[in-house]
Amino acid sequence: MIAEGLREAGLSDVHILVERTGLVANLAAIAPDVVLINLENPRRDVLEESFALSRALSRPIAMFVDQTDDHTISEAVDAGISAYVVDGLRKERIKPILELAIRRFHAFAKLQGELAEAKSALAERKTIDKAKVLLMKRRKIDEATAYALLRKQAMDSGRRIVDVAEAFISVEALLGDQT
Amino acid sequence: MTHFRIGFLPLVDAVLPIMAREGGFARQHGISIEMVRDPSWATVRDRLVYGQTDAAHLLAPLAIATSLGLERVSAPLAAPFMLGLNGNAIAVSSAIAERLGVDVSDFGNAMKVGTQLAAFAKEAAASGRKLRFAVVHRHSSHNYILRYWLAACGCNPESDVEMIVVPPSFIADALATGEVDGSCVGEPWSSVAVESGAGRIIATTNQIWSRGVEKLLAFRKSLLDERRGEVEALLRALHETGEFISDPANSLEVASVLARSDYIGQPAHLIARALKNRLALASGEGEKPINDFLLLHNEAANFPWRSQAMWLYSQMIRWGHAPHDEGGFAAAADVFRPDVYRSALENTNAIIPGASAKVEGAIQQPTGASTVRGRLILGPDRFFDGRKFDPDRPMEYLATQTQ
Repeated sequence: MIAEGLREAGLSDVHILVERTGLVANLAAIAPDVVLINLENPRRDVLEESFALSRALSRPIAMFVDQTDDHTISEAVDAGISAYVVDGLRKERIKPILELAIRRFHAFAKLQGELAEAKSALAERKTIDKAKVLLMKRRKIDEATAYALLRKQAMDSGRRIVDVAEAFISVEALLGDQT
Repeated sequence: MTHFRIGFLPLVDAVLPIMAREGGFARQHGISIEMVRDPSWATVRDRLVYGQTDAAHLLAPLAIATSLGLERVSAPLAAPFMLGLNGNAIAVSSAIAERLGVDVSDFGNAMKVGTQLAAFAKEAAASGRKLRFAVVHRHSSHNYILRYWLAACGCNPESDVEMIVVPPSFIADALATGEVDGSCVGEPWSSVAVESGAGRIIATTNQIWSRGVEKLLAFRKSLLDERRGEVEALLRALHETGEFISDPANSLEVASVLARSDYIGQPAHLIARALKNRLALASGEGEKPINDFLLLHNEAANFPWRSQAMWLYSQMIRWGHAPHDEGGFAAAADVFRPDVYRSALENTNAIIPGASAKVEGAIQQPTGASTVRGRLILGPDRFFDGRKFDPDRPMEYLATQTQ
């Protein structure tokens, strides 16, 4: 998504590295001007080590942009990305790239959040359905009554229906055979 | 209720802020703590520098490097409280352990084990395949202690071996796959490697420097100035937490809290080892006591000695990580804030040393030290090669260190 945005902005030479190993070697081969990496990526320390070593090379990669760009960097960290830039690259070229990445990352994070929410809602419904079926079998009742039982138990104990359903399923799993 | 967001990496020595929260010690001081876990030191540092967190569990050398602007734009940090001394183990992969022919009865003799390892490493280098060691960060005590050890045992860590950075939680995997031959990492990650059969612990860092500076609690200097009273209340809460966790009777409870997936996410029995100062050196071997493996509270372990920062700076110069400049020593020492520690804990039962610096490595036997209040017995703090670091003569010390 970020790469797409960068390409749309007219940057043609965008590489995405996904492998856990060989990160440093791949970077050396590509010799990028700017490196963007997710803050949550555990390889960041490895990356910084290679940048520290790169100071001996002809194209040293600096840790972050110039001090004057502190605000942009701070925004990037808030968005969950960090950026490394080859020393000497003009600031006016970097800033728009970074700002674009930040906007894209925010959009991406929002999408992921929505996806996770949808997923957990689906999982909750499945749990409740499973508990209903178990209740229907055990008590020989219909679906509406089973649901009403779960709901009443939830209200009485001040818990969410899905929590009651989950507890019921695990008790069933432990004691189910004894009926 | 005042709020602190504290960044940390999943390691046993993040225990003080974690238990200050979980044990209710912070709340008693009107503080709520929110722990923010990250997978890399770079991110723990960035969140602190850019204000996403208020404080951080941080590698002492990284706090110095960040303040001095050694790798990136300088961001002044202040460290009024150490989170522990020692606590790292050096392991080699099971394959290397076999070829090395480790004699278990040598364990504890850092000179003998180190000399054996150094000779083996030089042989490997001569045959064209250097041993590769993992450390957790360029600016880590792990890196500096491992280098110190190898160098003092006759092996040049710059040319005879390869040193690479591997995040703590990947160490066991890196040893198992042969990505690295050895590692120096904080607990529980060496125990995880041992448990899975990936590696054997051959030394612990306290055998190399028996009172080694390790993690600290770092604040932005500006935040410390603005919220000084709240920071001091937090330090008092951490001190009380230290009393609680240093009681062996509480080890299992503490370990089971740390084991939670939002903290370390590893089995409690592995985490408990460091807390009890007992480690299993290899898979299937029983736990053995390792005195002073990890000091979290006793002996005023949380006091930030300026000389600790200066020793680290000497090693940063030694390995080309910092400019060869005497002024850097004072700047490094200024990151450590014994003055804040003193004013925070002056009306508590904490031991408060009278001096702010000491000759590192000078204590052979438990020795009484002058205090403002309390009785302080400092345990042996010697380096395994018997060298001493006098903070009044840092350049002389540096001149005697070979690379």
